[in-house]
Amino acid sequence: MDMSFTPEDEAFRADVRKFLHDRLPARLSEKVRLHEELTKAEIEEWHAILNERSWLAGNWPVQFGGAGWTAIQRHIFEEESALAHAPRVLPFGIAMLGPVLQKFGSKEQQDRFLPRILNGQDWWCQGYSEPGAGSDLASVKTTAVRDGDTYVVNGQKTWTTLGQHANWIFCLVRTDPAAKAQEGISFLLIDMNSPGITVRPIVLLEGTPEVNEVFFDDVRVPVENLVGEENKGWTYAKYLLTHERTNIAGVGFATAAMASLKRIARAQVANGRPLSENPLFAARMAAVEIDLMAMSTTNLRMLAQAAAGQAPGAESSMLKLKGTQIRQAINDLARRAVGPWALAFPSEAVEGANDDAAPGPAEAAGATRAYLNNRKLSIYGGSNEIQRGIIAKSLLGL
Amino acid sequence: MDFAFTEEQAMLGESLARTLDRGSDAAALFELGAGAALLPEDAGGFGGTGPDILMVFRTLGRAVAVTPLLDGVVLGAGILAAAGEGDLAEAASTGAARIAVALDEPGQRFDGTVRTTARDGLLTGEKTVVAGAEDATHLIVLATDGLYLVDVPADGLAMRGYPLMDGGRAAEVILAGTPARRIGDASLLDAPRAAAMLALCADALGVMERSVELTTEYLKTRKQFGRPIGSFQAIQHRMADLLTEVEQARSAVWNLAGNLDTPDRDRHVAATKSLVGRVALYVAEETIQLHGGIGMTEEYELAPMARRLIAADARFGDSDHHLERFIALTAA
Repeated sequence: MDMSFTPEDEAFRADVRKFLHDRLPARLSEKVRLHEELTKAEIEEWHAILNERSWLAGNWPVQFGGAGWTAIQRHIFEEESALAHAPRVLPFGIAMLGPVLQKFGSKEQQDRFLPRILNGQDWWCQGYSEPGAGSDLASVKTTAVRDGDTYVVNGQKTWTTLGQHANWIFCLVRTDPAAKAQEGISFLLIDMNSPGITVRPIVLLEGTPEVNEVFFDDVRVPVENLVGEENKGWTYAKYLLTHERTNIAGVGFATAAMASLKRIARAQVANGRPLSENPLFAARMAAVEIDLMAMSTTNLRMLAQAAAGQAPGAESSMLKLKGTQIRQAINDLARRAVGPWALAFPSEAVEGANDDAAPGPAEAAGATRAYLNNRKLSIYGGSNEIQRGIIAKSLLGL
Repeated sequence: MDFAFTEEQAMLGESLARTLDRGSDAAALFELGAGAALLPEDAGGFGGTGPDILMVFRTLGRAVAVTPLLDGVVLGAGILAAAGEGDLAEAASTGAARIAVALDEPGQRFDGTVRTTARDGLLTGEKTVVAGAEDATHLIVLATDGLYLVDVPADGLAMRGYPLMDGGRAAEVILAGTPARRIGDASLLDAPRAAAMLALCADALGVMERSVELTTEYLKTRKQFGRPIGSFQAIQHRMADLLTEVEQARSAVWNLAGNLDTPDRDRHVAATKSLVGRVALYVAEETIQLHGGIGMTEEYELAPMARRLIAADARFGDSDHHLERFIALTAA
């Protein structure tokens, strides 16, 4: 048993730190730290900086322009990025579609789409969930009917994260309405500029239009945009979801949030002393920190298993469950820590409130935004109840 | 990064598990080298690292075995080795000597206040819940000015024994002018106590693993409303939460095993003991509940497991005590 990183991994970590120190613009990290909404241009700016170093797609093999990192290296990069408050690499093209195209896409699709993901020409979004297909994803109803060289797509997708910025969407569509739920689904790449597509933003609790509804009304999609075989989309969808689950523990995000929480608790005063020294609040913080120490090791143990060639199984469900519980607990404590300032809600969701300034330090408004926005953590990526079901069935055999 | 055991550690664990399966007593465990595995070479053993202790005690925990290894060897022989009492430490590691360690005093909860005094080589005071005291050939006693060794039997030494919830026995120990020899400062306790904390947490981890396995089997076989109760979602989700918390406990135990010899040791002791204590109680309570009525009965094998887990939290300071220590050490 040796719980330290190898010298090579430590050298890589030092590289990443130096890169973040040299290249991450402070105006971006400051917005991330305060949980402010990044513009499209700001996200693209960070992607371009990473791509210049060939670090945008850590999970892609070098042959496709990726960094070809090991699972441990990816973990180190994600952790250091989170600690430096770097913008998150958008997962839709890099973490989700890329691996699917590399495994199941045609040579033409790989040549056409993969470089455009890296160089920022394309912004992808995910067309999975529908109003009637959330946790029960296999019940998608959006249809694609073959008509000569095109599919005609009709239906509605929802919870499409940052779809307002996207020019492409990958969709699960039903191509065989007579088949059983998981069969008869296909994986289709759709140009968001196609006639018949309407995007309607959905404003979330914290007041930002982070997600969207996407409507398809007789949208014509060339058949060459079908990935793999018709009616085999569920296989590709599941493959994509296993990649969605990497970094599912969010250790880096939790560690960064814990450090922010401690800063806030030291600065806030309760009964004449720093809140961090209040016995009840200190106990709440310590309990979460201890949980995070253990979860971080669980994450590393599973990474070590992956490095040894064991495929990640339902254990990742435990990471999702515990990781999101910890992050939500930290967000909750930060919101509590700022006391009455947590009441302020200068949100664009409130009419005419755009220019209102929140009281207290910038961290206060950030704490409220993070708390509200991160209620999503236990809902998306397979709700925590779905994860519990997977754990019970796969790990316990119940 | 490597979370695996060495081949030697794995082999010891396997032969230990086989021996325990046969229902062997403490003598057989000492024969196998379970005691020597818990001490470093310079103390007459062949192990004593965090992973060694983890392997031995998780295996003991899985068998819910009651042994003198924690108090007599990890703590007792550990203190003796630190005090330069190598011969007695080695005797303890083979079972030839039986050591009990008398630290806590009545009415002090876990705060460690010591009032027992030594004057002219005679100890006077009271010690409470001294595990293994009745069987001991030697007592190590913490007095106000350091650690003392008492050869048992001794003048002015009285004990009142009783069973413990974890399956062992302890005693209240009265020292009324008991002859003793000073063996060193109280600070000699620090490393052996940390190792004993790891042993306790690893033991609890083994018990938790077995409790979860037993409960899972029960949920698959017990039928109500015409189907196994494990098919009900209310039950499945509770088991999923349970398993996730045990995974946390496993990582916490690994964290302590990996940091037993680092400068961050005490912070990890506090973190691990606090987390494992909390999860041990949770597992005990949930596995009883998930079993229903049978989980309340003495004759079913869950009973000693649940009690052992409850005892694990209460020993060496409970989860709240170690949460406070963690806060103090983090602020420092």
